[in-house]
Amino acid sequence: MRANLKVLNSSTFRMSAVYLVVFALSVGGILWYVYWNTAVLLERQTDETIRTEVTSLGEQYRQGGLARLLDTVRRRSAQESSRGIYYFSNQVGRRMSGNLDGLPADALGKSGWIEFPYEVRGTDDRRTHRARAYYTRLSGGFTLLVGRDVEELRQFAQLIRNTLYYALALALGAGLGGGILMSRNFLKRIDTISDTSRSIRAGDMSERIPLRGTNDEIDRLSQNLNSMLDQIERLMAGMREVSDNVAHDLKTPLTRLRARVEAALRENSKPAFKAALTETLEEADELLRIFNALLSIARAEAGQTRDQFAPVDVTEIVNEIGELYEPLVEDAGGALEIDAVDGLQVSGDRQLLAQAIANLIDNALKYAKPPEGSDKKLQIGLSATTIQGNTVISITDNGPGIPARDLNRVTERFVRLDTSRSEPGSGLGLSLVQGVAQLHEGELSLINRNPGLTAKLILPALA
Amino acid sequence: MTYQTQVNPSEQSQTNMRILLIEDDLQAAGFLLKGLREAGHVADHASNGDDGLEMGRDGTYDVMVVDRMLPGRNGISVIETWRAEGVRTPVLILSALGEVDDRVTGLRAGGDDYLAKPYAFSELLARVEGLARRVEPEAAATKLQVGDLELDLLARKCTRAGENILLQPREFRLLEYLMKNAGQVVTRTMLLEHVWDYHFDPQTNVIDVHISRLRGKIDKNFDTPLLHTVRGAGYSIREG
Repeated sequence: MRANLKVLNSSTFRMSAVYLVVFALSVGGILWYVYWNTAVLLERQTDETIRTEVTSLGEQYRQGGLARLLDTVRRRSAQESSRGIYYFSNQVGRRMSGNLDGLPADALGKSGWIEFPYEVRGTDDRRTHRARAYYTRLSGGFTLLVGRDVEELRQFAQLIRNTLYYALALALGAGLGGGILMSRNFLKRIDTISDTSRSIRAGDMSERIPLRGTNDEIDRLSQNLNSMLDQIERLMAGMREVSDNVAHDLKTPLTRLRARVEAALRENSKPAFKAALTETLEEADELLRIFNALLSIARAEAGQTRDQFAPVDVTEIVNEIGELYEPLVEDAGGALEIDAVDGLQVSGDRQLLAQAIANLIDNALKYAKPPEGSDKKLQIGLSATTIQGNTVISITDNGPGIPARDLNRVTERFVRLDTSRSEPGSGLGLSLVQGVAQLHEGELSLINRNPGLTAKLILPALA
Repeated sequence: MTYQTQVNPSEQSQTNMRILLIEDDLQAAGFLLKGLREAGHVADHASNGDDGLEMGRDGTYDVMVVDRMLPGRNGISVIETWRAEGVRTPVLILSALGEVDDRVTGLRAGGDDYLAKPYAFSELLARVEGLARRVEPEAAATKLQVGDLELDLLARKCTRAGENILLQPREFRLLEYLMKNAGQVVTRTMLLEHVWDYHFDPQTNVIDVHISRLRGKIDKNFDTPLLHTVRGAGYSIREG
């Protein structure tokens, strides 16, 4: 019951009901027009014929007297095909001519139209037809009746009327049924979407709206909702991952910090306090730095700043960051070679792009440095160019590269390969680069060159 | 980075300033006020936007430090109101929101500098003192001088004790910024912001290397060093 009410309350049903009324009115109008132009018109014509005949018979009576009238009526009555009905009687009501046995009972007035059943003669079985006639009293007490068999006419009119009713009923039925069906179908699809969103609200993020594959408007809506859900799920997974990692990687230094303060309090001496406080400050700074890095990554990945994007000169950033890092690389005994094609532009965030490039150079500095005493020289190449319509910023080093099995892992938060545990750093550098790449609808690709590593930041060029 | 237990980089350099702090976190405000007073400044405190707005209206402060999120009237609205009323006192915005767009919003509202939480006190102090300097009519100067070090901004020339020193363009801008803030502490992030126009936290000591190169050019062959490292804070150029 409630489901039915729901169908009747749906906007689709209300709309189809309005259409239905308009449709029924127009169908009714057409059928009424047809009825008027056939049945009613034929009836009128019959009346007209009868009236003409009465007039002409009256004329004959006046001109030729009783004999001529009787003769004409007798002749016309004999004609089977004319379907004419005649009756002529004298002043005492005795039939004098015609094919009707007697005057119908209700022909009482001076003249007028009557309809009555009569039995058709000349056929094997006796059938009763309807007749329509005009009777009139002539001078001298005679009565004349002229009529026509209107059985067929009546049947025809009935047929047309029935057609009209059936057609209307059919149109209304089909319209109503169609409306309900359509609404129910539509409602079912909307209900599917509601159900999906309800179960997502209840916590099942994996639920998706099923598609019909017809690519109609509801399918397209569902598709959009689904991809929105995918994005939300990704973000939520990212959040969960961050909180897991934060819990793990921030707890360690916090525990260490707490232990140190505790130890200093136990020792209860001024130098111990001073040392503990100094180290605590350093530790706190490191924690804050990690925290800031995490927030930057999260915000880059969430795409919150995308609406602030402006055309950015990549060539300029590459040259500036290259120049910023060149002395550092040189002090580390290496060389930084900068090679940026002029006029490279992308739509993006200058600060984030600069930080991504800086992080990649930092990584090269940290992980590609030749071991002490080696005569190998650190070589870092920083280049920017256009490849297949994309702006590609590459940072290449001549270090040991990344083991193939770890290539996919290194961009995850806090991942630091065992070989680099001794180096300072939070394991967030590449995560930020990855986040920045995604924010710019680009990608970060790491390629082992054996030896050496190339990190490519691939960004869609400004159209 | 190493820290002294008491960071007080401006002992020798700064005349007393009147500073207004609008911050709703009373504990954080307490630390800041203590630090600012220890550095020799007079610091007043307001714990909400409406009180702060009133206190800052008469323009008697040298610098105002405004937290962005405040109970009642928020920091951005406070600054906008001051600016609309013609209060031109330099304002440093403190914010938990550190992204570029937040910085832009803050500066557009009339803030002069922006510091994202969490920050080191030394960074805040350096920026506050830097802002106080900004209102002095230093901008029109075409020549900067610290001791016997001279920087000619028009001729793009640098001399020390009459001796010509050749600087790369970036070194020139680095020295220019340091000398415009002579006697002040400038932090590494301030240098990255003003000399390179980048607002991120460099992972390694990239700025230190540039400073040490500059130092090699302006201090190495002279008896008195001018470019000093302030432990736990940054750098400062000054006589003696």
